[in-house]
Amino acid sequence: MDLTRLQRVSDFQWRIEPEGAMRVPAVIYADEALVSDMDDKVYEQVTNVATLPGIVRASYAMPDAHWGYGFPIGGVAAFDADEGGVISAGGVGFDISCGVRSMLTGLPRARIEERKQALANALFENIPVGMGSKGEIRLDDTEMDAMLSGGAVWAVERGYGTAEDLERIEEGGRATDAKVPFVSDKARKRQRREMGTLGSGNHYLEVQEVTEIYDEPTAEAYGLGIGNCLVTIHCGSRGLGHQIGTEFLREMAVAAAEFGIALPDRELACAPIKSEVGERYLGAMRAGINCALANRQIISHLTRGVFAELFPEARLELLFDVSHNTCKLEEHAIDGKPRRLYIHRKGATRAFGPDNKTLPAPLRAVGQPVLIGGSMGTGSYVLAGMKEGEARAFSSACHGAGRRMSRSKAYRTWGGRQVVDELASRGIIVRAPSSRGVAEEAPGAYKDVTAVVEAAERACLARKVAKLAPVVCIKG
Amino acid sequence: MASSSSPRNRASNITGVPAHWEHFEHDADIGVRGVGGDPATAFEQAAIAMTAVIADPADVRPLHRVRFDCSAPDLELLLVDFLNGVVFEMATRKMLFSRFDVGIEDATLRATAYGEAVDVGRHQPAAEIKGATLTALDVHGREDGTWVAQCVVDV
Repeated sequence: MDLTRLQRVSDFQWRIEPEGAMRVPAVIYADEALVSDMDDKVYEQVTNVATLPGIVRASYAMPDAHWGYGFPIGGVAAFDADEGGVISAGGVGFDISCGVRSMLTGLPRARIEERKQALANALFENIPVGMGSKGEIRLDDTEMDAMLSGGAVWAVERGYGTAEDLERIEEGGRATDAKVPFVSDKARKRQRREMGTLGSGNHYLEVQEVTEIYDEPTAEAYGLGIGNCLVTIHCGSRGLGHQIGTEFLREMAVAAAEFGIALPDRELACAPIKSEVGERYLGAMRAGINCALANRQIISHLTRGVFAELFPEARLELLFDVSHNTCKLEEHAIDGKPRRLYIHRKGATRAFGPDNKTLPAPLRAVGQPVLIGGSMGTGSYVLAGMKEGEARAFSSACHGAGRRMSRSKAYRTWGGRQVVDELASRGIIVRAPSSRGVAEEAPGAYKDVTAVVEAAERACLARKVAKLAPVVCIKG
Repeated sequence: MASSSSPRNRASNITGVPAHWEHFEHDADIGVRGVGGDPATAFEQAAIAMTAVIADPADVRPLHRVRFDCSAPDLELLLVDFLNGVVFEMATRKMLFSRFDVGIEDATLRATAYGEAVDVGRHQPAAEIKGATLTALDVHGREDGTWVAQCVVDV
């Protein structure tokens, strides 16, 4: 991105004043190297979002922003329904409520090492991954409805986890006001064999070791100690969410003109929140969130089953579950006054700071855990939401490293076997159904996640708590 | 694996440019592009390009036939609907397709896709496709008489 087109507010904040059809400024949080490295499409997309009706304060891009669909991936924008604000299917994305959850195993790395191969094999055998995989759980129409309105609460009621898990999931594990009748038959059909499946692409299940602690009191509140291991799951709403995204993106692309919304890019397809299609999408999208929450809950249950066999002493307590493709109704202070806004986070994580009343008591003093996935070679981070984040970007932070190389180039550059062997030489076991899939997800295909989280911290979006290194990686 | 000519080469009869498909780059995902002597052939090639995001189309045997229809207000949305129709059939039937017959008449598309059940060992599917998007969406005729049909697919 051409830096001369941006106003440098600080070393970690860049601003584009409103011009043309922009209603509000655009703000990018990143250091100079990260911004320079961003595609010009990010500039185009973050400024396009600023043209949408009812947008409040600014259109934001997180440090890991890259070229997305209408919205940049790493985009955050708030809309006021009472001011003609819109909801955008592209602003949520195809994988509704795709997200990350981490569970504390209570096991030190040395204990994992005793049975590492067996653990990798058992996880790979018990958790369906990759294209064409099928889940064991098949839902009839009644159970599908119950899952779509109940989310992780439904999953726990069916025996997949415990009530304690729900306190560690956004909204207590269930998006309220899901409107199940607005989920199409095709979306349901796509989900029929996909409950409890991980998917593919950048989705994974990892066993990780805590290798660095940056903030002792917060790490203690989170239960993180050097040398201890976690299990982290990255996946979303599977075929059901993809189909909801597909159908409403198409419908909104056609409907926007009827609402008199001039779209600078067709992919920005949106509709007024207070419109029939807007309300239908909100209801269906919330059902998609519940599908993702139920899915991650089921995969957690499968993981716990594997650990119970191999490590009977492990308990696998949920640290937290965050979603990074959502639109949520939240209260935020604008010019000192509370307003209820629809916050789109596309490839961005909610990052509530300390004292947020929605956080469970043990986390309230330190802020919400913000789970940042890296690549399978470079590790991941646990951050904590900061009070300043509210004013920065409606309490939002980055979500991952972001790709620096396309899938096809990665496949041309590395062989899957080469990647697996190289990681094995560093003590990281990778299990995946497809060698090509591993090559496309090679560590070198991703940006430096460390630079992304450093920028997030310096921009006061979220502060570093711990670094996690991969030990076992199950790739879809 | 980034591009290929098609042995089923309708376009060559018209323009001398073989029908073919290719991929183009997108930060997070991948673009699929089909080229042919008419929109229908370009659509068929774009669908093969989409299969090639997952596996080598040459490894997918055209053993079973699946038919579906779609309609849209313009050719671009018709391409998106067609590709999303293929995504739906792949996802629900757990199949891959390597050959497509497409007919387009009055904004309605009739498709027949030929393929087989996913065999993880043989196909080595790299990723599943979540959906065809409106990003870099373009269907147009070129000066040489060929047609291009393209968009980014979300992986």
